[in-house]
Amino acid sequence: MEGLPILSIIMLSPLAACIVLMFVKEESIKLIRGIAVSATSISLMFALYILFAYDKAKGGYQFVEKIEWVKSLGISYHLGVDGISVAMVVLTSFVIFTGVFVSWVGIKHRIKEHYIFLLLLVSGVFGVFTSLDLVFFYLFYELAVIPMYPLIGIWGSANREYATMKLTLYLSFGAVFALLGILSIYFTAGQMTGQYTFDMTQIGKLSFEANYQKWVFLPMLFGFGVLVPLAPFHSWSPIGHAAAPSAVSMLHAGVLMKLGAYGIIRIAMGLLPEGAQFWMPVVAVLCLINIFYGGVVAMTRKDMKFMIGYSSSSHMGYVLLGMATLNYIGMNGAVLLMFAHGIMTALAFALIGYVYDQAHTRMAYDFSGLAHKMPFIAVAFAVMGFASSGLPGLANFVSELMIFIGAFRTYPFQTVIAVFGIIITATYMLRALRNVFFCQSMPEWEHLKDATTFVERFPYIVLIAVLFIVGFYPAILIDVINTGVVPLVDKINGVSTIAKAGM
Amino acid sequence: MVSWLILFIPLIAAVLITFVTRKQKDLSSYVSIGAVVLCFILSIDPILTLLKDPHMKPVEQGFSWINIPGLHVEIGTLLDPLSILMLFVVTFVGSLIHIYSRGYMHGEHGYSRFFACMSLFIFSMLGIVLANNFIQIYIFWELVGLSSYLLIGYYFEKPSASDAAKKAFLVNRVGDFGFILGIFVLFQATGTFNFIEINHILEKGGIPESTIYIAALLIFCGAIGKSAQFPLHVWLPDAMEGPTPVSALIHAATMVAAGVYLLARTSLLYHFSPDAMEVVAYIGGFTALLAAVIAVAQNDIKRVIAYSTLSSLGYMVMAMGVGGMTAGMFYLTTHAFFKALLFLAAGSVIHALHTQDIWEMGDVFKKLKTTGTTFILGSLAMAGVFPFSGFWSKDEILTIAFTSHHYFLFTIGILVAFVSAFFMTRLVFVTFFGKGRYHGHPHESPSVMTVPLVILAFFAVVAGFAGMPWIEPNFGSYIAGPLHGGHGEHGFNLFVAGLSTAVVIAGIALGYIVYCKELKSDPLAKNVLYNLAHNKFYFDEFYDNIIVAKVYNGIGRICNFAEVNFIIIFFVNGFAYLTRETGKVLRLTTTGKLQHYALVMVAGVVVLVLFFGVL
Amino acid sequence: MITLSHYLILSLILFSIGIAGVLLRRNIIIVLMSLELMFNSINISLAAFSHFLQSMTGRIFVVFTITVAAAEVAVGLAILVAVYRQRKTVYIEELDEMKH
Repeated sequence: MEGLPILSIIMLSPLAACIVLMFVKEESIKLIRGIAVSATSISLMFALYILFAYDKAKGGYQFVEKIEWVKSLGISYHLGVDGISVAMVVLTSFVIFTGVFVSWVGIKHRIKEHYIFLLLLVSGVFGVFTSLDLVFFYLFYELAVIPMYPLIGIWGSANREYATMKLTLYLSFGAVFALLGILSIYFTAGQMTGQYTFDMTQIGKLSFEANYQKWVFLPMLFGFGVLVPLAPFHSWSPIGHAAAPSAVSMLHAGVLMKLGAYGIIRIAMGLLPEGAQFWMPVVAVLCLINIFYGGVVAMTRKDMKFMIGYSSSSHMGYVLLGMATLNYIGMNGAVLLMFAHGIMTALAFALIGYVYDQAHTRMAYDFSGLAHKMPFIAVAFAVMGFASSGLPGLANFVSELMIFIGAFRTYPFQTVIAVFGIIITATYMLRALRNVFFCQSMPEWEHLKDATTFVERFPYIVLIAVLFIVGFYPAILIDVINTGVVPLVDKINGVSTIAKAGM
Repeated sequence: MVSWLILFIPLIAAVLITFVTRKQKDLSSYVSIGAVVLCFILSIDPILTLLKDPHMKPVEQGFSWINIPGLHVEIGTLLDPLSILMLFVVTFVGSLIHIYSRGYMHGEHGYSRFFACMSLFIFSMLGIVLANNFIQIYIFWELVGLSSYLLIGYYFEKPSASDAAKKAFLVNRVGDFGFILGIFVLFQATGTFNFIEINHILEKGGIPESTIYIAALLIFCGAIGKSAQFPLHVWLPDAMEGPTPVSALIHAATMVAAGVYLLARTSLLYHFSPDAMEVVAYIGGFTALLAAVIAVAQNDIKRVIAYSTLSSLGYMVMAMGVGGMTAGMFYLTTHAFFKALLFLAAGSVIHALHTQDIWEMGDVFKKLKTTGTTFILGSLAMAGVFPFSGFWSKDEILTIAFTSHHYFLFTIGILVAFVSAFFMTRLVFVTFFGKGRYHGHPHESPSVMTVPLVILAFFAVVAGFAGMPWIEPNFGSYIAGPLHGGHGEHGFNLFVAGLSTAVVIAGIALGYIVYCKELKSDPLAKNVLYNLAHNKFYFDEFYDNIIVAKVYNGIGRICNFAEVNFIIIFFVNGFAYLTRETGKVLRLTTTGKLQHYALVMVAGVVVLVLFFGVL
Repeated sequence: MITLSHYLILSLILFSIGIAGVLLRRNIIIVLMSLELMFNSINISLAAFSHFLQSMTGRIFVVFTITVAAAEVAVGLAILVAVYRQRKTVYIEELDEMKH
């Protein structure tokens, strides 16, 4: 495998599939699906390869590829992954791989275009997670957001025009602020060294003036925070989730929201460590709104997609809390939760989509006793619900536990509220489980069918298996993530100790 | 090695049943029974080791589960007298109940699911018992919660069962909320989760007293949830919606005792915080009294036993609180036998009569000889009649309460003993004697059910002798090793024993007078106190209608209102509004007249020229 | 003696006439012709610079510009003809569909 541009393959294989799909006839559905499945399985395969081939002893950026692009501006096609991005790449590849199968069942019209946009989007996501160049980072960031517009607008359910419009506007709004921050860093770094470059690894070596860091961190935090979504800029996400088709919701909640968190970690915190020192305590307060408020709003929602949507924003609050701890334990937990939540929420949306496609309603009170008709889906939903409420044995538990332990050192009060959040999560998940799947079955849902064929069951089995594997043996990811977290946290804390010593 | 096998065999069984033998019902039950029996056989070896050497050194094994800078979490096993005792209780009682279930659950839909969940439970429970650190005990703490949820909700088509399962899980979560915070506080203070290491640090006085106090109280929250102490006691009676073997195994003998086990496990913590121990003692005493009073006024056979379990758990917690750690564990052991027996016998009655209402039973002793006899033996043990097992364990607790000068709690203990004797007498007479109010033709259960009853009855009668104060070494001296927090005076106090025997006899006599008649309904039903107790002092109503409906859901509704009316309008629509209005202004520049555009271009060029010209 | 300034002033005058034509005339053909005028004014200054600075670049640029201008006129007139066929008008204020 030496010498193969593995990251490019991971990123470009969905893009290549897009291009191939454009030349395939609309009617040859089998071929279209075949192409989508093979492209995503190539990505998945190589993603798993980098997970195991990543040299944990060495750490740092690995599988680096670098091609000069616009030399005069200092832009280069520069890919590479550290421990944090490896986890994100693996997450993305799992979500899109299963998403293709979910669309297989769920999408009935304009199949070709659906896959084209889906794969385009995922290329962008892979690009963001692997780029080490700020221009390409931003380019891929937009590439990941823009296909959302047609995907929700064309294949979405009720209220889709409203949702897609609001979502795109909101995210573009955030992206502009992030761009401002990126450009500011570019020019400042250029002025400092005399050599203008967008290379993150180069800029990362510089230490900006403390005041500058504080001011630039804010637009970055807002820009990426909108995508996370950081309260109170979170409302686009449940609206978007609810209107999107299953596979898009999966990607949206499973992966896209992680782009924001990843942007904060990689760019805002990575390049502006003192800014992080200054602003992350604020995030530690705002994230409580996510956790608590998102949770209780989820509790009141009867539409299950809205419920999961608000629950996602609640869980991303834990991620933000973990990031705000600025210590190894919390950061590791945050990245692991990004992974775990991505898988779990993808499972959630896939399941709700499966029920919705047959029943054409998502209102929890419309249902009763579905476990009689669809035992497989019921079990999968239960696993999802318990994963979400942090039951041991599933991936979310480990990550939430680490976040709590990490956060308890720095923010004991916030941790108490955050821990209370898991009770809220358990409340709405168990209520949904009870109302939808338990109790007597209703005659109008007699026609619902369980997932029985391989294609129907496959994505759920894969996602559940991942949740269990990581839950039982978290070291498989933590050991890798940790290699990325340690230098980052050292940088953030190291800078502050120097500054304090200077004073 | 053996400890790992014991831990993982039930998990393997659960997985095997789920994925392989789901369709073959008989095979599933054999796998499950085989697993737990195997666990029992494997745990004989550690038990013998303990019996040979009461001062055995704890055997600890573990592997690293999470290992990053600053955080090291292990999954491990710890074999010491305390865990070996629990190992014996769980696997032995568990084996009997598994065997009994084969008969009881016969013909149920979802037979394999039942046994898979039971195996999962045994796995989780053994995980708690064998845990060598706090994180692991929390992990399995949650997992027993899960298996309890699954088994209470076994009849998930019944809304009441679904609700009860949900309630059990959530109420436990509230307790665990405190538990996990307590673990964090301890970790913060010591930097480790390991029991033995924490004990070392405690002994050296490495933790400030206020921290110990907070940690002890928070960890006690976990016990309050799992052992159903006031104010989180409400889930346990509802948990009786599950099949009866589940009630016997999980909600009487083992899982609910986990809270008491936790207190014993962390006894050193409480030893260093007498204030926390007082809180524990009073919560326990109050629960014991409250539950005993409620039990008097219940008509569902399982609920009566459930409240008696609550009362017993309160007793054990009270024992822990007054410093009788060994006494509490001793009560836990004997209680496991006689309470499992009572539930299983009650299950046998239900199996025969297809009702749980004791006022639809009566006069069935002649038909159900074995069941009836074992039930009466269990009741005598529960009531604490000399020389049944309950007498010895209860007596030890009362003695410690008395000798440690907790006279108020001692009075409560005596009172509870009286009420317990009364309601057990009521239960026996109304269920088995008096007027026959049942329908159909009841007949005795098959031997797969009655044999476990007989074995349990044997232990319910004789288990107490292990703790007699005169013999040496007795139960206490084996188990005392890992327990701290003072053991009180174990001696036999004639005044205490005499008084407790007197009140028990009085209770039974009163029960006999009131209920040994041809009754159709409860003669006390018109009493105000009776009604209050019958309605469980309206705790459920208070929680459901005030705490959950008004406060909890109310906060949700307020937040949702804010979300819909402010956040979405202000932020989401606000951004769109901003964009639209900006567009409206900027649109004015788009006239469509080519020459306007050209003019702007020229103007732009002029400005640029002037700008750079000036520069 | 004709200096560079003379050429530049001539160029400026032609350019200004061109701009005035582009901005003010209604007939689109005249607008196009004015555009050509602007092109050629630039050509004059390019050629003049080339001559006075002794550099070939300007002259080569002039040739390029003339070529491109020819192509552009061809395309522009073709579009114009197409527009006229469709709209039956060459008056610029009636062609304001870009607004919508």
